[in-house]
Amino acid sequence: MITIDEWKERLESEKCYDLVCEIYDRIEKSKLNAYITLCKDLALKEAEKYDKGQKSGKLAGIPIAIKDCISTKGIRTTCGSKMLENYIPPFDAHVIENLKREGAIIIGKTNMDEFAMGTTTETSYFGVVRNPYDLSRVAGGSSGGSGACLGGDEAVLALGSDTGGSIRCPASFCGVVGLKPTYGLVSRYGLIPYANSLEQIGPMACSVKDLALLLEIIAGKDERDSTNAGREFKFEYCSKKFKVGIVKEMGGNEEVNSRFEEAVEIIKNMGFEVGEVSMPSFKYALAAYYIIATGEASSNLARYDGVRYGFALEELDSWTKYFSKVRSLGFGEEVKRRIMLGTYALSAGYYGKYYLKALKVRTLVKRDFESALAKYDLLISPTMPALPFKIGELADPLTMYKMDVNTVPINLAGIPALSLPAGFIKSLPVGIQIMGNYFEESKILSFAMDLEKVFKEVF
Amino acid sequence: MLTEEDVYKVAELAKIEICEEEAKKFRAEFESIIGYFNLLDEVDVDVEPTFQVLPIKNVFREDIPKKGLSREEALANAKHVENGYFKGPKIVE
Repeated sequence: MITIDEWKERLESEKCYDLVCEIYDRIEKSKLNAYITLCKDLALKEAEKYDKGQKSGKLAGIPIAIKDCISTKGIRTTCGSKMLENYIPPFDAHVIENLKREGAIIIGKTNMDEFAMGTTTETSYFGVVRNPYDLSRVAGGSSGGSGACLGGDEAVLALGSDTGGSIRCPASFCGVVGLKPTYGLVSRYGLIPYANSLEQIGPMACSVKDLALLLEIIAGKDERDSTNAGREFKFEYCSKKFKVGIVKEMGGNEEVNSRFEEAVEIIKNMGFEVGEVSMPSFKYALAAYYIIATGEASSNLARYDGVRYGFALEELDSWTKYFSKVRSLGFGEEVKRRIMLGTYALSAGYYGKYYLKALKVRTLVKRDFESALAKYDLLISPTMPALPFKIGELADPLTMYKMDVNTVPINLAGIPALSLPAGFIKSLPVGIQIMGNYFEESKILSFAMDLEKVFKEVF
Repeated sequence: MLTEEDVYKVAELAKIEICEEEAKKFRAEFESIIGYFNLLDEVDVDVEPTFQVLPIKNVFREDIPKKGLSREEALANAKHVENGYFKGPKIVE
């Protein structure tokens, strides 16, 4: 894994052009399938500019990978779907504008579950992403490509998006750091939507320090996203011995739990006060999440009509037939499943039973977090309940959905959460999740920074 | 109990053509997933629903004219274009 400091050190004596070529050589030989689209010509041109001293900014000359649901002007953006296989956005997402302003070099667009719907990147139209630590296993999802490219030295930074754990899961499975920011901290302008009220673009990196810097750059005010909080983010390290709560309802299998318990002991030994909290609403959080997410998806994905952009048929038929055929051929199975589940949950007669009830559970989840975070500065849990799965291991959709049990409550409440590597079990990475209050990313990052140092020595 | 007819009905509402095989598969899967959703029947509390988490309302911006996409850019991703317009399927059968 390459940190910004390591990259910059090499830039002192080597050409950015050569270093970027080295990255592409690695990608071209790679078996990870982390990228859908590479923009080599563009990236090498930018690297040349850096070598001529024509690039400035906090990320000048630093290679970054972008999840393929984030719009990049002139660069194909597929969302991992046949529906958008040939779609070239005519504009940049807010976060891309910010990255370009800071001189970052975009290496390519990373592989992902189709429309970000999945936990393993197995639903991608462009094939599964493989885990950098074991090619027979998944890299997690839905931002699987963004996790794997960092784990496999195919980029220095990456952007992902997180609707129910899609940054934290691949971060955990690929041994990197990933953060789902507070809802509204990062503009969603240019993010191809799946479930608007839950999702955020977020940073992924090889160190907490790099993660903090990337968050500073992508966060901020943007009037093109009406749910943007209008706040900037500046990381301020805080050495305080935080009060840390273990969430009783968030756990894992035996292997994951035993590592988590070891981590808790370390945290105690570092002088942090550790207690336990119970969140009774979490029993219902997963069901509520899937009702809300699929409901929003069913409405969001109605835009894919095969007329203005996206997959289209040769012949225009009557409206209903054309629309139904385009969507039948353009969407993969998981996307169809979620659109239909959402359609069902929102249909006449079921709105109160499912959707409205789910929104009420969301209020309960939010309240549980608010009362826990009144007592504790931060909360912790395992990120994922299991180690990276074998490819094809989770064939049943409901079994797959249940793997999101520790990550979805965070999106329902809109609070920030980070996944930090806590070493390896049987040579596979494992992560712990650190949650904090709204807009308190600095606390989470400070704590993660302290832990990162110790974990690296111990695990 | 969810029937295949229900699955076809939902597919029609969602405007996704499905085949017999898909209807069978989705029926069984939906039955278990929706069965899981029914867990929420246990929740009997009268709280306000949370549609979105931030306490922001009616976000306005100044009404300043800005350049949008050119016609060429807007049409660039469409397959069926005629005289500078999107060409869509027939609406009236």
